[in-house]
Parts: sequence; structure tokens; C-alpha cells
Amino acid sequence: MHSMTTTFADQPLEEQIAQWRAYLRRRRAVHSPDVEELEGHLRDQLTALTASGLAADEAFLVAVKRMGNLDALSREFARAHSERLWKQLVVAPDVDAPASTSRTELLVVLSLAVAAGLAVKLPTLFGHHLNPDEDVNAFYIRNASLFAFPLLAIYFMWKRGLSAVSGLWLGLPFAAAAVFANVFPFHNRERLDNFPQGSDTQLLTVLHLPIALWLMAVGVAYVGGRWFASGRRMDFVRFSGELFIYYVLIALGGGVVTGFTVMLFSAIDTKAGWFIGGWLIPCGAAGAVIVGSWLVEAKQSVIENMAPVLTRLFTPLFTILLLGFLATMAWTGSPINVEREMLIGFDLLLAVVVGLVLYAASARDPQARPDFFDGLQLLLVVSALVVDVVALAAIAARISEFGFTPNRVAALGENLILLINLLWTAWLYASFLRRRGSFADLEKWQIGYLPVYAMWAALVVVVFPPLFGYR
Amino acid sequence: MDMSKDLVAASATPLVLAILAEGDSYGYAIIKRVAELSGGHLQWTDGMLYPVLHRLERQGYVVAKWSASENGRRRKYYRITREGRAQLAAQREQWKAVDGTLRGIWMQACTV
Repeated sequence: MHSMTTTFADQPLEEQIAQWRAYLRRRRAVHSPDVEELEGHLRDQLTALTASGLAADEAFLVAVKRMGNLDALSREFARAHSERLWKQLVVAPDVDAPASTSRTELLVVLSLAVAAGLAVKLPTLFGHHLNPDEDVNAFYIRNASLFAFPLLAIYFMWKRGLSAVSGLWLGLPFAAAAVFANVFPFHNRERLDNFPQGSDTQLLTVLHLPIALWLMAVGVAYVGGRWFASGRRMDFVRFSGELFIYYVLIALGGGVVTGFTVMLFSAIDTKAGWFIGGWLIPCGAAGAVIVGSWLVEAKQSVIENMAPVLTRLFTPLFTILLLGFLATMAWTGSPINVEREMLIGFDLLLAVVVGLVLYAASARDPQARPDFFDGLQLLLVVSALVVDVVALAAIAARISEFGFTPNRVAALGENLILLINLLWTAWLYASFLRRRGSFADLEKWQIGYLPVYAMWAALVVVVFPPLFGYR
Repeated sequence: MDMSKDLVAASATPLVLAILAEGDSYGYAIIKRVAELSGGHLQWTDGMLYPVLHRLERQGYVVAKWSASENGRRRKYYRITREGRAQLAAQREQWKAVDGTLRGIWMQACTV
């Protein structure tokens, strides 16, 4: 409202009204007949005020003030028409854009989703079959991120209006990913287990390639090529969290569809396994990435986002878990057992903690004063730090005893990266709680750290296999 | 006199229905009528009247119709329905009961 009253001051009345109308139109809960009704009210008010002797611009200020805060107003409209919010999820057009744009978008999304589904079947033409009766094909797992992610990047390029030149730049990481996933002569590359049957470095590629591509290619497309605008980066973090939630929901629905497919076709003694394993699940999984992303984009800013809500729910639980773990370990004195699965498990745990901090930061008003939840976050970070140090010690002991393996080095690197992040996060949180620093510093730190994850993941994919002899 | 938000919100429905019971009207005129009736004590934020009107419309207490106004623009006129009148009567009884109760205790306070 403040910006309105200042910027409107020197313009002719009609322009001021037009600008006010534009402000109002941006509210999704206020539809255009409502805008017309409210504008009529504003004009009646203006007529009355000018008739009583006010100058046009004074009258405008008074009339707008009396109309009330537009945020509060649109909230009331949303409450009176609660169904509007739900309809908007899928059908209602963006108020700024004409209806045809949203129909075009639906078409683009559906074609990209179908394309992603077909992309999964493309390798079949070159002899890589997805046979549900056999083990999972290593080729598909290595290339899993190359089916849907490029099409998702195309969707964002289209949505953000990126030029063809930046499209070519975005093609580079995908091309590189395709090369690194497929040219390395991994030890026994058709098998997906650990060395010596399969290849450790191939498993590492499978785990790290999606992370690298997500941050380096999809992220860049999402922020419209402006990776260094940190506000957009936080949006991408929010988007990733929301997409994850949507994807899980879609997967649950997909599970129901699969169950009924099996049930119905077995009722008429027809085998549907080839269709479910070869088409429904793989193509659906790829297409759901596109559809889920579109849903997140469409409902952005409409209702309360889910990821921050879940963060609030799980931060206390994880804090209790970590404290309980540390207390038990101190009590029983049993050391961490450094099995392969354990290493990955500890890295995942720390990643979840960093994620909790990140999503709490994404939802927080940086201006707000520290509260109880911030104290809890600090406790979570500190207990995760202690767990990390214990895990690092265990890995280091293992390395000094049995030497370097790709898994141990990867786990060590990831631990160090998360440790540095958590250390500095704890420091920033503490100074924020003591009112010595601002929350914005913490947000800036988390956002600035994102490329480190991308770089490390890329490093593991590109350097580790030759470094460790593809074993 | 600053009136509490809850009281303003609670009185909005009977007030709007009562004004429409006097005759068909539109938003701006309703606001003016409220100011006139309350002697300026009931200060509504103008915009907030419209969600109230739309809610009443959904509940079937009023019907709306777009027609031309004297200044040439379209204007949305509201008319109270039979259900609206019944609702108004019901609310009137409720407010009377509240008013009577408060009056009773305040009279006692005066006489003691």
C-alpha cells in the first residue's frame, strides 16, 4: 500500500485507477467481475469526494485508503469463495495472463510428460530392454536422470522465455552427463551391486549424477538462467521440496492404479505384468516429474506451502532422535559400525538435517525476532554436528586401517562438506539468537553453499571412476 | 468510539440484510447508508463489504444483478430474497435477546 500511494501521486487519475486495478487483478482470489464491482465503488467514492471539494489526487488517496488493504481484502474474498483456491490448482488462469496461455501451458505440459514417458522407451530401439521378468537393467539406472530432467528443463525454458542460445548452454550439462554415465568402462557394468561383483564407482555415479544435474541444469533452467540471483535460488529450493511432496503423492496414486490394473486383468486371466513393469511404472515415473513440477508452479503462492509445514513437524522429532542416539552411544559406549550402508545412511541423515535447516530458512520471515523454534533448530544443528564428528572419526579410522575405497572417500568428502556447512550454520544461528547477527546471513550462507553440493556431485561422477580404476 | 472487529463483523450480516430490506441497493450506497445510520460509529473498510455480500449471495439470502447505472458503467445491484428476510427476522430475535440481556444488567447497575 505504501508503494502505491507514493508512486501514484503524480499521475493522472485514470492511470492511477488503472494501476490500482492491475494490483487488484493480481490477487488470485479476486475474479474480474469482483474487480469491476470494486472499481465501480472506487469511482463512486471519487465522484463524491471530488464533489465535496478534494483535488483528484487527494480524492484518490482517500478512496484507496478507505477501500482497505488489498492483501486483507483478497484474503476475505478467498474465505468467501474457498472453492476458487482449489479450482485454481488446475483450471483457473493466471489473472495477468489470458485464458489461452494456461490452455497452451496445459498442452505443453502434457506433451512434455508424454515425451518423457516415451524417452524411457527410446533405448529399447537400441537393444536396451526393460524386461520386468529380469533384474533391473543397469543402463536404465545409470541414465535415470536423463529421461525426465531434460524435458523438465525445456518446460522451464519455455515458461521463463529463455532464448535458444541459453537452451544450447543448458544442453551442455545433459550431454556431458550422457557421456560420463555411459563411456566409462565400469567393472562388470551390467551388474548393479558392489565390488567385486559389480562396480562401486558405477553405484556412486548412479547416486550423484541426478544431484549434479538437478542443481546444475534443472536449477539453472528454473531460475531462468540467472543462477546468481539468490532470491530465485531460494525459490528453486522451495520448488524442489514441493515437487518431492507432490511426487510422493502422485506415486501413491500410481500405486493404486497399478494395483487395480493387476486385479482387473488377472480377473480375466490376462497377464498385465509386461505392461505394468515395461510401460506403466517407468513411463509414469518419468511423466510424473513433469506433471508434478507443473502442479507446483501452478499452485505457487496460492495456499500455504507444505515443505515448511513438514519442517516444523520434523525438526523436533529429528532433534530428539539425534540426542537420543548420542545419549545411547555415550551410555553403552558402542562405537559406530562403519558398514557401507551405514556410511551412506549417515550422509543421508546429515543431508536431511541440512534440508530441515534450509526449508525452515526458506519459510521464515527474515525480519522476525528469534523464537523457541530457532533455539530448537540450533539444538538440532549442534547435535547433528556431534554425530557428524563421530561418524567422521569412524570413517577416518576405517580408511587408515583398510585404505581408500571409492565409497569411503565419497562418504568422507560428503561428511566434510556437510560438516563445514553445519559448523558455520551453528555459528550464524548462535549469533542470531544472541541478537548479534541477522537471519538473512544464515539464509545467504545456505543459498551460497548450494553450488558446493553440485560441484562435489559432479566431481564424484567425473573423477572418481578413472581415479579408482572403474572398480 | 472504536468498535471491536468481532462486533463489527457480527453485525455486518443483519445490517446489510436490513438495509436491503428497505429496497434494492449496491455496494457504495450500502456503505453510505451504514455510515448515515450509525452516525459514523460503525467504520467499515469499504472493500470488506463485498466479501460479505458475496457470502450472503452464496447462502441465498440475496440475489445480485448487473444493470446500468446513471454514470454509464455497469453496477451490481443486490436484492434480498425470501430466505434473506427469514434470516433477518431470526437474527433480529437473537440481537434483541442479547440487547435485552445487556440492558437488564446495565439497568440494575444503574439502580444499585
